[in-house]
Amino acid sequence: MSVYFTEDHEWVSVDGDIGTIGISAYAAKALGDVVFVELPDVGAEFDKGDEAAVVELVKAASEVYAPIAGEVTEVNGALEDEPAKVNEDPSGAGWFMKIKVADKDELDGLMNADAYKTYCDGL
Amino acid sequence: MRYLPLSDQDRAQMLSVVGVNTIDDLFVDVPESARLRGLIDLPKHQSEQAVERHMSRLSAKSVSASSVPFFCGAGAYKHHIPATVDHLIQRSEFLTAYTPYQPEISQGTLQTLFEFQTQVALLTGMEVANASMYDGSTACAEAVVMAHRVARGKKSKAVLAPGLHPHYAAATQTLASTLSIKIDERDTGPGRDDNVINHIDDDTACVVVQSPNVFGEIIDLAPIAEKAHAHKALLIAVFTEPVALAAITPPGEQGADIVVGEGQGLGVGLNFGGPHVGLFACTKKLVRQMPGRVCGETIDAEGKRGFVLTLSTREQHIRREKATSNICTNSGLCCLAFTVHLSLLGEAGLTRLAALNHEKACDLADRLSTIKGVELINDTFFNEFTLRLPKDAEGVVQALADKGVLGGVPVSRLTDGEHKDLLLVCATETASDEDIAAFESALSEVLS
Repeated sequence: MSVYFTEDHEWVSVDGDIGTIGISAYAAKALGDVVFVELPDVGAEFDKGDEAAVVELVKAASEVYAPIAGEVTEVNGALEDEPAKVNEDPSGAGWFMKIKVADKDELDGLMNADAYKTYCDGL
Repeated sequence: MRYLPLSDQDRAQMLSVVGVNTIDDLFVDVPESARLRGLIDLPKHQSEQAVERHMSRLSAKSVSASSVPFFCGAGAYKHHIPATVDHLIQRSEFLTAYTPYQPEISQGTLQTLFEFQTQVALLTGMEVANASMYDGSTACAEAVVMAHRVARGKKSKAVLAPGLHPHYAAATQTLASTLSIKIDERDTGPGRDDNVINHIDDDTACVVVQSPNVFGEIIDLAPIAEKAHAHKALLIAVFTEPVALAAITPPGEQGADIVVGEGQGLGVGLNFGGPHVGLFACTKKLVRQMPGRVCGETIDAEGKRGFVLTLSTREQHIRREKATSNICTNSGLCCLAFTVHLSLLGEAGLTRLAALNHEKACDLADRLSTIKGVELINDTFFNEFTLRLPKDAEGVVQALADKGVLGGVPVSRLTDGEHKDLLLVCATETASDEDIAAFESALSEVLS
């Protein structure tokens, strides 16, 4: 199972038809303390690049965009009570949502872990 | 730089650029009959002293609330405000920083906002309150918009109770008209609030009920809340007199999801109708959808207690396109006055004040309703009630004013002429026994 990254610092890992989406460790560190995550409804459908969630900090907020198209099958309800999980474990317990992937070919346009690391180093 | 008026040449040049010959050509679309010819008919200039004398003469034609027996309410209440309140809010530390543009610098202001929120939450029986809004009517409108946000656009209807203050309903209607919110058709009139239960269905995002309502009636919110929740709608409880909350079961304990109201009754004078202060509280679950901002307590890098504005990201200045509201002030100084007054009273003092208000109103209601032809229509009330008169209330109020008594607000003034025989009467702690006796005797004479 591979993990793919976007230039907007979202990640998606795909297992069969299901993709899990979160924000990268780089983004989690750069944002600082996350105080709230606004998640979509289960059943919501996104195109690639649509706004899918909002990460709220004490003095700012940032949109999280869908890295690929799909329909939301599950959201990480634990973030409601413990948004800090996004900072503690962005690529694990801090996941945002799972989607039913609409088109796996869209993954081709994303970066793998190595390419993303190089991308971040250049920022 | 000196102020240089335009020369004729400048004017001619500008007119030629827009393609006309004279200034009058710019106004050809305005009908001749609507145009002003010659000078406006104003008196000639006068000395400062003469102007002062003229203005004093004009103001003497008005009868002020504190100069005569006064029994008007209908959303703005006359209470005694201790001199300490004005003295404290005018201290420069508060007065110059009342709207904290660089909030964390204004720790004193933030701390009072924090106290204010705590007081509002306790009064309303809710979990969280924001750091104040313009006034009760706009807070009510904002609550309806919030309820629709909570429903994520899946429900379109807002049901307004017959006893909601007509001005609050009008403000709500105005804000709702810009969004896809349908206001359920409503009638106005006393004794009809229970009817809202029949208007609640699956398309209802919220039900708005005022208690005590504009006629002074105290409404049992619990059954309305139950029906609303059964249809996944929110109950918005409204009040116009904060002192009443010390005497009746707080809306939060009756199942309200959002509580909004006017805070003017504590600390803020009548001010000829404004500025007032809006109170807004809700359940913790809904806090992210609440308009405005919340002041939170935290600790700084050195571990010291401090205050900070939070949820500002939901306000219009950070993410304008995502803002939950376009509110851009928080009636800061009025909410400070509210907090100072309430702090001076304390819980026991407020309860005593509420009891005193109710006692005065009971005394007044007993005495007025024994006058021939006068009927008290309320089964319940706090400090305001409605009388049915044998004559047009507007005329009665004018006749009372001529006798030096400001004897209430005719309902028809609030309802575009409906209910001409109804009169709203209010008695607070400021009504002395002599005032009440004067009202009773003046009303007897006017009706005889």
